[in-house]
Amino acid sequence: MPTVSLGGKDLDIDEDGFIQDPEQWDEAVAADLAKTEGVDNLTDEHWVLINYLRNYYLKFGIAPMIRKVCKETKFDLKKIYELFPSGPAKGGCKVAGLPKPTGCV
Amino acid sequence: MAESKTPLLDELEKGPWPSFVADIKMAAKRKATTMDLLNVLELSYKEKIVHWKHGGIVGVMGYGGGVVGRYVDQPDKFPGVENFHTIRVNQPAGWYYSSTAMRTLCDIWDKHGSGMTNFHGSTGDIILLGTNTDALQPCFDDLSEAGFDLGGSGSALRTPSTCAGPGRCEWACYDNLQVCYDLTQKYQMELHRPMWPYKFKMKFSGCPNDCVASVARSDMAFIGTWRDAIRVDAAAVKAYAAGELKANGGAHEEHVKLDIQKDVVDLCPTQCMSWDGDKLSINNAECNRCMHCINCMPRALRPGADQGCTILLGAKAPILNGALMSSVIIPFMPREKMTPVSDELAEFIENTWEFWDENAKFRERIGEMIERIGLRVYLKGMGIKAIPQMVKEPRSNPYFFWWPEELGLESNEEEDDD
Repeated sequence: MPTVSLGGKDLDIDEDGFIQDPEQWDEAVAADLAKTEGVDNLTDEHWVLINYLRNYYLKFGIAPMIRKVCKETKFDLKKIYELFPSGPAKGGCKVAGLPKPTGCV
Repeated sequence: MAESKTPLLDELEKGPWPSFVADIKMAAKRKATTMDLLNVLELSYKEKIVHWKHGGIVGVMGYGGGVVGRYVDQPDKFPGVENFHTIRVNQPAGWYYSSTAMRTLCDIWDKHGSGMTNFHGSTGDIILLGTNTDALQPCFDDLSEAGFDLGGSGSALRTPSTCAGPGRCEWACYDNLQVCYDLTQKYQMELHRPMWPYKFKMKFSGCPNDCVASVARSDMAFIGTWRDAIRVDAAAVKAYAAGELKANGGAHEEHVKLDIQKDVVDLCPTQCMSWDGDKLSINNAECNRCMHCINCMPRALRPGADQGCTILLGAKAPILNGALMSSVIIPFMPREKMTPVSDELAEFIENTWEFWDENAKFRERIGEMIERIGLRVYLKGMGIKAIPQMVKEPRSNPYFFWWPEELGLESNEEEDDD
């Protein structure tokens, strides 16, 4: 498992770049993770999405379904891809420090 | 000569049939790393364990799908296929290519990937097999430049797929090539950006022969049909009876003279035909569009002229859980409403997605959801009236029951979830 420097910490990541220990996540880690997904600057709107994903994960232990994300954040899917061009799963969840979403993708 | 590292797989090169082992060895001559694909499979044959990890999230900018991440669980041992992702490329409707398009595609894939392809995957897409994470974006950029686009993957609209249709077949009852193309263009957002509980497949067959098997493996199946009578050329029927025309368009190896009674009439599933040795009679009201008689005598019989398509819902052909066949929802949509795509068609599709997205559980296909909540709940939600054509088998598993309120009982529906 590769180790990389994110937000001033040495963190284990999986082959797709998701951090392995969600406990290690903080805002500086998020900012560095965002750069790996083509987002150089995290705006307030980015944080609305990141915080929603993060809090949902901390509460339920999984990533929310897209429909719920759109309803709760009031962002439509187009907007979410504008914020994270690699999408809510690969981009959003990674930056929010969630473990890699599973499934037939 | 060095001893083979893949003795078990080498067995599969023997015999007269084509061998994927021989093919991959050929590919490995061009790209040595590809040999690890066989090496890892050899290990799986020995240990009876799959060494490909499940899942992986890789992709290109702007899209949430189109690439299926593939990683080997022993990258140190098999560095050539450490990551060996699959790219799905949206195929043209009906799989028609110019040789130039094929060469362009293959050149791009030789440059960015293993050079191995599946034409086509079971989804219908062009499958480009095996490349690494860093090559994905440049490969996608070259594909885009050449006019190709990625297909669907994950919980998205999967690449719509259709049979050869009116491009090569006289039985197409609607322009399935055009509908498939139009809907692919119309629903690019749904195709490239997964947003649903699970995958959703649409397949289009021009006639009830259903050459893309839409009835068994697509969530929404469009199957061409007709409302009037089978068109009969009586003289040609006699020519078949006399052995002047070859049965099944000459598909049999020998010239077999068609026995209209035995080969056609007796095999009609609804027994709606009769043959008096001179004249073929068809009770069209009983015909269930099985296509058998038309397939036997293509020069004599044709689908009727009042053509359109039947829309069905709910099939799936998964690896893990039980397969489902689809059920009729719209018995007939006239071909004029298919091309150009009518509001009625678009509303049906979009309302169905909306209802499914709102009501399905995580990773529940629409057919499974309908099984769970009952077809009538879906119909009520969609504002569609239950009709006899929706019944799968008469006098069993009826789709319609009284609603509790119609019996003076309190409704307990739709309150237990979410």
